[in-house]
Order: sequence, then C-alpha cells, then structure tokens
Amino acid sequence: MLANFFFYVFSAILLVSAAMVITSRNPVHSVLFLILAFINAAVLFLMAGAEFLALVLVIVYVGAVAVLFLFVVMMLDVDFVALREGFQKYAPVGALVGVVLFVELALVVSGWTIAPGATGFLEAPMPNGVTNTVALGSVLYTQYILLFQIAGMILLVSMIGAIVLTLRDRKRGKTQNMRQQHERMAAETLTMVNVKLGEGAKMPAPEDVV
Amino acid sequence: MVVPLSHFLVVAGLLLVMGVFGIFMNRKNIIIIMMSIELILLAANLNFVAFSGALHDMVGQVFTMFVLTVAAAEAAIGLAIVVIYSRNRGSIEVEDVTLMKG
Repeated sequence: MLANFFFYVFSAILLVSAAMVITSRNPVHSVLFLILAFINAAVLFLMAGAEFLALVLVIVYVGAVAVLFLFVVMMLDVDFVALREGFQKYAPVGALVGVVLFVELALVVSGWTIAPGATGFLEAPMPNGVTNTVALGSVLYTQYILLFQIAGMILLVSMIGAIVLTLRDRKRGKTQNMRQQHERMAAETLTMVNVKLGEGAKMPAPEDVV
Repeated sequence: MVVPLSHFLVVAGLLLVMGVFGIFMNRKNIIIIMMSIELILLAANLNFVAFSGALHDMVGQVFTMFVLTVAAAEAAIGLAIVVIYSRNRGSIEVEDVTLMKG
C-alpha cells in the first residue's frame, strides 16, 4: 500500500509539472518544470522495475536535453510574450482534441486484457537473480546489437548535423594567406637603392612602393 | 511490480494528452512545442516500461533506450535549427516560417 501511495504522489507531481510546462508564461520556468517532470518519471520507472533506465533518464534528459533547452531559451533574444498570443484562441480546439484523445485511450485501455497465454511468447523474458542492468545488457548487446549500433549512428549523424547547422565561419583576427605569400615576387616588393657614404638612404614615397 | 499496470497506463495517457494539448496551446512558440514532443515521448516510454514490468519482458526496456536515443537526436537537431533560424530572421514564430512554401 505504501508503494501505491508513493506512486500516486509522484504521478501527481509528474502531471502537475507537465501541465505547468505547457501553461507557464516564462519559457525558463517551462524548462525547469520539464526537468521536474523527468525526475518524477524516473521515479515511476524505478517503481516499474527499470532501474537502469530511470538513471539514464536522469542523466540523459535532465543532464543533457533539458540543459540544452535551457541554453537555447536563455541564449535566444526573443520576445516570448509575443509568442504567447493566441493562447486563449487555440485553447478550446486543443481541449477538444485532448478530451477526444483521452476518451479514445480510456476506451482502449478499459476494454482490453492481456491474453492468458501471452506470457509464453515473450521475446526476452526477465532472468531471475540478476540485476536490471545485467539483464538489459545481456539482451541489448546480443539480440538487439544491430539496432543498438544503428542508434549510435543516429546519434553521430545528429551530432554532426547540429554542428554543421550552427557552425559559423567568421573572420577572426589576422591570418596567413599561404597562396598570396607564395606568389609574392621579389621584384614587386624589393627595390635596390645605391646608398652613398654619409648620406643615408632616403625613404621612397608610399606611392612609389609597389 | 507492486502498482497495477492500469495505473501506469492512465498516467501515461494523461501525459500524452497534455503533450498534445501543449502543441495546440502554444502554436507560436516552437521551443514549447518541442518540450511538448518530449512529454509525448516520455509518455510512450512510460508505457513501454510499464508493460515491460508487467509482462516480465526486457524488450520494452530495450526499446525505451532507442526512443531515448531518437528523442535526444531530435532535440539536438531541432534546437540547432531554432538557433540558426533566429540568427537569420530574428524571430522564431512558427507562423513566420513559411519560406519553403514558395
């Protein structure tokens, strides 16, 4: 019963913070509520028995994705008040779609049960006596190794794509131009001057210098 | 799993509905729309994990890993596009982004 109580507490915080994400006026608050939602979802993952994924959710989402959102929200100089125009205008349509979607989901969930023999067709049954991390790794690195490597390629492509999109080649300071240096001829830049004794060399006028 | 499966499903359903509702409410702010997409993917992940725990099958958790991967990649690319768009045009209003329409 204690587990049920904690489930209700954390899922209530999760849903309230999800509601605050989409309704708060300040986008920075939205990101912070998104972080709170992710942490509470991680607790629900823990209660469902997925310890590894709960901690991955905290590290990857709170540590990387949510901080990325926070950086972008704070870095962009955008008038966020103007972006909230039409909030009331779209609310009825959004509420209608949301209610219809939830009723459909409720109908699906309420009229549906797991078939009694379904447990015989499990793809990768949970082994007994090992931790969740070991069980997940023993499936992920054997049966799903191809998908795992494709996931790595997706991350690589997205990393390169993000860098290519945001890279800006701006001129910074003085740099060498190798081609120009190699094509310089001595005749263009040097003049031979016959300096008499005791008179010194006279500086040529700037327009005479090639 | 101590908590029944149906409770997880109701929470995940409400989370998904909130994500969809957020997309409709914040039609102009693309950053909030991306956060709503993250909420929708989180609801899907919660469903995967809940079924994995209820059926004692590891595949749900494996696929949650892949959904996390795709969500992280999507967030990175999307935010990069938002950054260069605001750098070039000075605005990130969704209704202004009509360059591709010709």
